[in-house]
Amino acid sequence: MTKIVVLVKEVPDAAVQKKVGADGRLDRSGEKTLNPFDTHAIEAALQLKESGALQVDEVVAITVGPAGAEKALHKAVSLGADRSIHLADDALAGSDVVATGYALAELVKRESPDLVLLGQQSDDGQSYAVGAVVAEYLGWPGLTQVIKLDVDGTTVTAERQAEYGYDTVKVELPAVLSVGDAINEPRYPSLKAIMGAKKKPLEKLTIADAGIDASKVGAEGSKAKWQSAKEPPAKAAGTIIEDEDTAKTVEQIVAWLDERKLI
Amino acid sequence: MSNILVYALHHEGAINKNSLGAISTASKLAGELGGEAHVVLVGEDISDDVAGSVGTYGAAKALRVNAPAGVAQPVVDALAKVAGDGDYAYAIFGGGLLGFEAGAGLAARLGGGIAVEITDVRVDGGQLVAERPVLGDSQISEIKFDGFGVVVARLNAFEPVQSGSAVAVEDVSVDLSDASGKVTVVTRGEQRGADVNIEDAQVLITGGRGLGKPENFSLAEDLAGAFGGSAGVAATRAAVDAGWFPYAGQIGQTGKTVAPKLYVGLGVSGAIQHKVGMQSSDAIVAINKDANAPIFEFADLGVVGDLHAITPALTEAIKAKKG
Repeated sequence: MTKIVVLVKEVPDAAVQKKVGADGRLDRSGEKTLNPFDTHAIEAALQLKESGALQVDEVVAITVGPAGAEKALHKAVSLGADRSIHLADDALAGSDVVATGYALAELVKRESPDLVLLGQQSDDGQSYAVGAVVAEYLGWPGLTQVIKLDVDGTTVTAERQAEYGYDTVKVELPAVLSVGDAINEPRYPSLKAIMGAKKKPLEKLTIADAGIDASKVGAEGSKAKWQSAKEPPAKAAGTIIEDEDTAKTVEQIVAWLDERKLI
Repeated sequence: MSNILVYALHHEGAINKNSLGAISTASKLAGELGGEAHVVLVGEDISDDVAGSVGTYGAAKALRVNAPAGVAQPVVDALAKVAGDGDYAYAIFGGGLLGFEAGAGLAARLGGGIAVEITDVRVDGGQLVAERPVLGDSQISEIKFDGFGVVVARLNAFEPVQSGSAVAVEDVSVDLSDASGKVTVVTRGEQRGADVNIEDAQVLITGGRGLGKPENFSLAEDLAGAFGGSAGVAATRAAVDAGWFPYAGQIGQTGKTVAPKLYVGLGVSGAIQHKVGMQSSDAIVAINKDANAPIFEFADLGVVGDLHAITPALTEAIKAKKG
């Protein structure tokens, strides 16, 4: 009997024009969605459950984020997670990846799962790092960027692309695995599942509820200090052709290549 | 507190180029901070020659730890031990999967901060300031550290520079954590699919997920054929992971770094992990139907349209032009 925790994050929708705030960090306002990479983590959890590779009792989705971030949890439970937990607290604002990973690890400890899954990167921050931070705080083995995983008893065999080719690594559970988008094709939630999602338990916690040390989170508790943003060196803009007439487009491409003696 | 630790990734008797770049960068920065760059190597079969060679890139010390290579946990154990025994304010990693993973673990264990995808670091007021491009490289945020700072470079951002001579190797004994004992590398660096050479091609036609199916790589091959002898075909990570193209032909973060005279992306979105492997190409052409694809931000010629219609016509036009 096992439990899987899936760590999810709400990110700005891909269609939203993103910008950097005065503090040098991403401005995360605007329309939000579940981080696309996290849908692969949820799918991986569901496949382990449905295939019987693990006798999974429960899949629990956890997020840390401001009020409103439970939209990501609704999506997670509509995809098949059984219940969800939302840690929201003003004291968390400005947390860096280490502080966020610490808070997530404290939430994981309350659940004591056998396996923690998450997406390897967020669509916005793209730090690839939070899974390794969570594993470190738990004292568990962790692997990131996993594209294939098999479970046999308490041993997970995982594959990933590393610096020199494909690596195959075995880890003993409990463990923290972050997954890439090549691991599976996430399902779409059914209308019924979307309607039913709101009935699944959603637990809201503050940092005090979760026993999180306030001095280790938020802008104050974060050791990476983001400064203001600046413009990169200007680069000459490229030429863009909108294809309306393929013959003409091809003529333009050939002329462009020919001018640069590339043919 | 002014020395800088560097993790040197190695495989089959050679130190990773990005690690060498990290060593050179750390050596320069440490000099400005009044300290030294000390390099940690983790593995079970590292020769004195390989370990000591880090001195020729500016390292003052080579510290060898006998522990399994290829996974992050022993690296974290090794660097945390060395950091705890000496005066270190920073650790620099050359990027790559293990850099992200071990860097994050080390920052957490030491209660420090981490900055990833860093393209430049400078000394300002006696501390390091790391530059992090964000939002498709349209902005650069700067990061400083309060406490121990971990810097993980973007691939190819730090250039190896030869300076100094080989150093003596010190062996450091490290007690591995429980987590390290629960991770075992089964196979490392496995090459899947045919061996293709993309690094010597002058013209590289690259296929992405936008090709739609593996058979459509023939569009890329035909176009390469039209350019002639020095042209080759490559792929994105997404196309390789989907099994459409051999791993040896993959460009990007976990593949090859290429700099042909002409790069043509067919259905390539241009994610940052791909960009870092091809941005030094002399000319970049992209054909993609998604006008919002990041590749149009850095292509010299961007064509918004259906590659399935344009590519065959382009192939014929180039053949005709060449006669």
